[in-house]
Amino acid sequence: MGEVSVVTDKKAQANLDVFSNTLQELASTDRQILVVTSDSRGSGKLVPFGQKYPAQHIEIGIAEQNLVGVAAGLASTGKKVFAVSPACFLTARSFEQIKTDVAYSDNPVKLVGISAGVSYGALGSTHHSLHDFAALRAVHNLIIVAPADNFETEQAIRLAAETEHPIYLRFGKKAMPLLSEENQQFEFGKGRIVHEGDDLVLIATGETVYPALQAARQLESIHGIRATVVSMHTIKPLDYNLLATVAAKGCPILTVEEHSVFGGLGEACASFLIQNGFRNKFKIMGIPDEYTVTGSQVEIFNHYGLSDSGIAEEGLKLINK
Amino acid sequence: MTINELAQKSVQYRRNILKYIVGANAGHTGGSLSCIDILNVLYNYVLNVSPGTAKSPDRDRYIQSKGHTVEALYVVLADKGFFPESDLETLCKYKSHYIGHPTKKVAGVEQNTGSLGHGLPLSVGTAISAKLDEKPFRVFTLLGDGELPEGSNWEAALLAPQYRLDNLCAIVDKNGLQITAPTADVCSTDPLDKKFEAFGWAVRQVDGHDFQALVDAFDALPFEPGKPSLIIANTVKGKGVSYMENQLKWHHGVPNKEQYEQALAELKE
Repeated sequence: MGEVSVVTDKKAQANLDVFSNTLQELASTDRQILVVTSDSRGSGKLVPFGQKYPAQHIEIGIAEQNLVGVAAGLASTGKKVFAVSPACFLTARSFEQIKTDVAYSDNPVKLVGISAGVSYGALGSTHHSLHDFAALRAVHNLIIVAPADNFETEQAIRLAAETEHPIYLRFGKKAMPLLSEENQQFEFGKGRIVHEGDDLVLIATGETVYPALQAARQLESIHGIRATVVSMHTIKPLDYNLLATVAAKGCPILTVEEHSVFGGLGEACASFLIQNGFRNKFKIMGIPDEYTVTGSQVEIFNHYGLSDSGIAEEGLKLINK
Repeated sequence: MTINELAQKSVQYRRNILKYIVGANAGHTGGSLSCIDILNVLYNYVLNVSPGTAKSPDRDRYIQSKGHTVEALYVVLADKGFFPESDLETLCKYKSHYIGHPTKKVAGVEQNTGSLGHGLPLSVGTAISAKLDEKPFRVFTLLGDGELPEGSNWEAALLAPQYRLDNLCAIVDKNGLQITAPTADVCSTDPLDKKFEAFGWAVRQVDGHDFQALVDAFDALPFEPGKPSLIIANTVKGKGVSYMENQLKWHHGVPNKEQYEQALAELKE
C-alpha cells in the first residue's frame, strides 16, 4: 500500500491547537466557559488556557468517571463545560457517566476526546479509541463530531459552546491542511463536499478526509476518474439527505475512517443506504477487527491502506469489481 | 415544622410509600422506609426549594444517588406540591414518567439516577459551580451504604476537599443491608467515618430516624469551614413496619393485602 502524503501546508495546525486557541478566545469574553481536565491539560494543549483563565479551569486528577460526573454537575448549573481527556479513556472508562449523567440527564457537556483513533499509535491498544463511534452511536441524545480540518474544528467548537445538548468532539494530533477554500459551510449534521465527481464517492471523517481527498486527486490525474469527497464530520445525526444525493449518482461508495470497521461511519452509511433501496457497490475502509498493528499513526494508516494511494487503490478495485 | 409535625409527616409518608408500591406491585420498600425520615427533614426543614423555585439558579439541590428508593422521593415531592399525588397511581405503569428510578421528567427531580455511584460526582460538580460563582445554594446528596463500593464515589470523595466544598453535604443511609446480605458481609466500608475523615471530610453520625438529631446535624452545617460534610445516618431497613424491619426480603418485596393492612395498622398518625 502507498503512503500517507507529507503535509506541506505551513499554515496547517493540529486540530487540537485550533481547539485550544478557539477556546481561549471564547473564554476571554464568556465566563461561563469552563475546561475540565483529568491531568490532561498538557495532552490537550490547554496549559496556556489554564494560565490565562485559572478560574475557568477545573482539574479533576486522573479519574475519568469523576471527570464526566463532575462536568455534568457543572453543566446542570448553566456552565458551558468542555470535558477534555484522551478519547480512549473518556469514551471507555466513563462510558456510563456519558450515557447516564450527560446524555440521559441531558446535561449539555461538551465531551472532547483528544488524540483519538490511533493518534497515540505506538503506545498501543490501551491508548487507541477505535470503539468510540460504535459505542456512542448507540447512546440516545448525543451529537458525535469528528472535524477534519482547522476550519471545521474551529466552527465545531464555536457551535458546541452554544449547543444546549450533549456533544462528543473527536480530535487527533496531526497537522491538518485546509480541505477546501470554496466550501466554508459548517453545520452539525450536514456533511461537507470538498471535491466533486460522478465516478466514485469517498465518504470520510476526521483525519482520514485529507488522504481521501489526496486519493481523489490521484485518481483524477492518473486515471481520469472523478470522485466526490465528503467530509462527514457529524457521525450522528448522520446527513441522510446528502447520503441519498450522492448515492443517487449510482457510482460506487467507499467509506474511510480511523475507527474499527464495526459500528462506525461505514456501517452507519450502509444501514441507511440498504434500508432505503440503494444498491451501489459499497466498501468500508477502517481498522479491521484484529489486534491493531504496532507503529506510529502514519505507519498504522499505511498498514491498513488508509493512505492516499491505499484509498485510491481500493476505489479502483471497487469501480472494476 | 416542629419535631412532632415532622414525626406525623413521616407516618403519612410511610403509608403513602406502601400504598403506591402496592398499587404498582413494584418498588424498593425497605430502603424507601429507611431513608424517608431523612428526606422528610430535608424537604420540610432544610432545602430552600419549592415548586415555585424549582428552576431558580439559587435553589438548594438534592440529588438522590440511591435512585432505587425513588418511592420515598416521589411521596415527598407530591406532598410538597411538585405534582398531584394522584400521579403516583401511574407508578411503574406503561408510559408513566413515574418510573422506578428518578428522572427529570418528574417535577422536582434534579438528575436522572438509578445506576449507583453517580450522585456524589454530580453533586461535587454542582457545588464547584456554586463556589465559582459565589452562589449561596447548597448541594445535598443521599447515598446508600450498599453503593459505597462503587469507585466513582471515592473519586468524588477525594476531589470534594480539594475544592473546599463546605457547601456540599452527603448523607449515607446506613441501613446495613443490601440485596444479597448484610453490607458488612458483602464488602464492608467500615469504619466509614474514619475513611471519609482521612479523605478530608468533616463527619457526624446520627440516628437517621431521630428527627431532633437530624435537625441538629443539618443546623450544624458545615461541620467545619472549608470541608465537605458527611452525615452517616444509622437507619433500619423497613423502618416502621415490624415484620419488614431488618429483613433482607423486603429490599424490594411488595406486601400482599393482609400484610399491607397490618402495616397500615402499625402506621397510625
